[in-house]
Amino acid sequence: MTRTEPHLNRSNVTAPADLAPAKRRIKVALAGNPNSGKTTVFNALTGSHQHVGNWPGVTVEKRSGRSFYQGHEVEVVDLPGTYSLTSYSLDEKVAHNYLVQERPDTVVAVVDAANLERNLYLVVQLLELGAKVVVDLNMVDVAKSQEVVVDAAALEKALGVKVVTTVANKNEGLDDLRRLIHDIGWVELGPRPRVDYGEDVEAEVDVLTSAVQPCPTNGLPIRWLALRLLEGDTDELHHFDAGPCAAAVRETLAGSTARLNSRFGEDIESHIVRRRYAFVRGLVRECVRQPVATVQTASDRIDRVVTNRWLGIPLFLLLMGLAFLLVFRLGAPLSELIDAGFTRLGAGLVAGLAALRAPEWVGSLLADGLVGGIGSVLVFVPNIALLFLAISILEDSGYMARAAFVMDRLMHALGLHGKSFIPLIMGFGCCVPAVLATRSLDSRKDRLLTIMIAPLMSCSARLPIYTLFAAAFFPRQQWLVVFSLYLLGIVLAIIVARVLRSLLFRGETTPLIMELPPYHAPVLKHLLRSTGHRTWLFVRKAGTVIAAAVVLLWILARLPWGVDYASKQTLIGRIGTLLAPIFVPAGFGFWQAAVALLTGIVAKELVVGTLGTLAGTNGQGLAAALHAHFTPLSAYAFMAMSLVYIPCIATIAAIRREAGSRWAGLATGYSLVLGWAVAVGVYQVGRLLGA
Amino acid sequence: MGTKGQLSLADVETGTSVRIGTIQGGRGLVGRLCSMGLVPGTEVKVVGGRRGGPVIVGLRGCRIAIGCGMAGKVLVEPAGDADRAAPEPE
Repeated sequence: MTRTEPHLNRSNVTAPADLAPAKRRIKVALAGNPNSGKTTVFNALTGSHQHVGNWPGVTVEKRSGRSFYQGHEVEVVDLPGTYSLTSYSLDEKVAHNYLVQERPDTVVAVVDAANLERNLYLVVQLLELGAKVVVDLNMVDVAKSQEVVVDAAALEKALGVKVVTTVANKNEGLDDLRRLIHDIGWVELGPRPRVDYGEDVEAEVDVLTSAVQPCPTNGLPIRWLALRLLEGDTDELHHFDAGPCAAAVRETLAGSTARLNSRFGEDIESHIVRRRYAFVRGLVRECVRQPVATVQTASDRIDRVVTNRWLGIPLFLLLMGLAFLLVFRLGAPLSELIDAGFTRLGAGLVAGLAALRAPEWVGSLLADGLVGGIGSVLVFVPNIALLFLAISILEDSGYMARAAFVMDRLMHALGLHGKSFIPLIMGFGCCVPAVLATRSLDSRKDRLLTIMIAPLMSCSARLPIYTLFAAAFFPRQQWLVVFSLYLLGIVLAIIVARVLRSLLFRGETTPLIMELPPYHAPVLKHLLRSTGHRTWLFVRKAGTVIAAAVVLLWILARLPWGVDYASKQTLIGRIGTLLAPIFVPAGFGFWQAAVALLTGIVAKELVVGTLGTLAGTNGQGLAAALHAHFTPLSAYAFMAMSLVYIPCIATIAAIRREAGSRWAGLATGYSLVLGWAVAVGVYQVGRLLGA
Repeated sequence: MGTKGQLSLADVETGTSVRIGTIQGGRGLVGRLCSMGLVPGTEVKVVGGRRGGPVIVGLRGCRIAIGCGMAGKVLVEPAGDADRAAPEPE
């Protein structure tokens, strides 16, 4: 089954660190299945010296960093977790392109010892690609608990590359890995394994090889290239686009494909995949002792309850409820602290500037504009951070995957993908991370659809609006009113999803095929790291986008000079007066409402703040002032408008980043129209019913 | 039910072991399932889920959830002797 093959791309990084001056930093890539512990290894290697960004041109997260060991430094890149190196998904393409173009000095293949077959499938592909692989046999403790024992020495011999055994989350074996990466690098211990794809395929591979041989292949192994072409990977053909080779290769490929298609009942690729798996299974038989039957694990027992057809959804709702309770109960006092802090800061600034005899408008810009505006957004940081923490806990423990499974049926009925619900749930906290979370969806269609309806999940910034109006106009049914608005958002989201799906996103949803990792207790360090990172993203967005918009708003509310701040004569007051007639059919056709809604474009929290500024008062005074202009019905219409009408600027920016300007424009447009329509509908129908 | 009255993953009782047969799908579906270990010839155990809904399939240590509609496209055969390893494809 195995034949030896001359090694391509031979290079041995054996020079000890102190001999070779670092003319070029060593590059190490981490590859592996999702859930193989790859991220843990990456974090262990790089610690705080890591940077999270994007792979160029795509919305796939790129983690890179530096690893230090005994005075020596290497560059480490964490490739997206993939099950194979074909081009089914963006993740795989990114990983594949990196390996081919960057040619890292070492590729650490992180392998889950408890799932060796599936993990080795990727390793075999890496070896066929000619990568310089070092195998990190991780999670051996989990394997042992499942009675799986891997003979690392035998595996080394079979694969021809070094194998290091680790338990990354317990910090075991990592020093061996570091030493290997830093001092030794990739070594070849023996012949690289070669998969036998059967007489027919091998014959065609030979034919293709001779056709490809004279062509420029960028140093890629020819056998690998031939196999990829036979598998039907059209991406690889681009290597030959330029030059005389192109036509010859295509012709040969067509011939080979035709011959194989007539020979086999299934398509060629399936055949190749099966052969590769058969090889892997043989490997595993030689190197692993494991029970043949699938043993029931503790996770299975938990899952019997969690994914139970009757208990599944109620349990999910319970957990979500708990999460939100945590977020708001714990977050409220912290938010108040920040609010008080900002108010004091604003007052302090004004006083300080007055003492310095600075012109009054500077104080106003800083206090009313910047501090007030940004402060009203940052007040939510405790809530946001707690929301992220709750989600991280659910993700790390493994529950999120089960939740996607439990919700799949419901989501499917609504035309959405099971994994859409996570971003949608996050939308109840804040839409910016929700939009970013759609990256977990594999298909672009599903991602776009989820992004389009995410803003309809009433975010936490809208809550102050509801609280204000509900307390003022529906004192005895406050919670019912607020709950009805959340429900309205959900119902609208379902309708919009249906409409968008039939208009723009025809076709079936991508199937849900997802691994359910075993449950395990979340690691505090990792929780804090991911919560911190996501919260920082939110703060940064608030800091930049909202700051700029707030300053603009302030300018509009100040000019023309000499007029009272935010009064009817200012620019913004004039714009509000201009827009007011639009809202007459919705019951709030006066300029103050229009201005408030305008400021809501920057951040929904500003709506309440603006109303306060315009009324010249806060709290109780504001409620009284509202009664002068709104009725309970028009108040509800106004709240409905706030719910729907436009995502805040930070969300629009996030949508633009993830989906492009066209979709951001569509999201803005449809929500404005829909918001107006709903508000008008509510008001008019209410009037008809005699409210 | 799969076509021609064949058994599919959607029809299997929880706790039963089956062997994966043909996967009725395009290149993408086949590739994705295979790369996760659900290769024709492999023996798996249905550990959760329900008819018509999503199914959880167990392959030794790992658990894979397959969504509605998909389970019906994976044809299976009843597993023979549970202790015999999966046969090699020709």
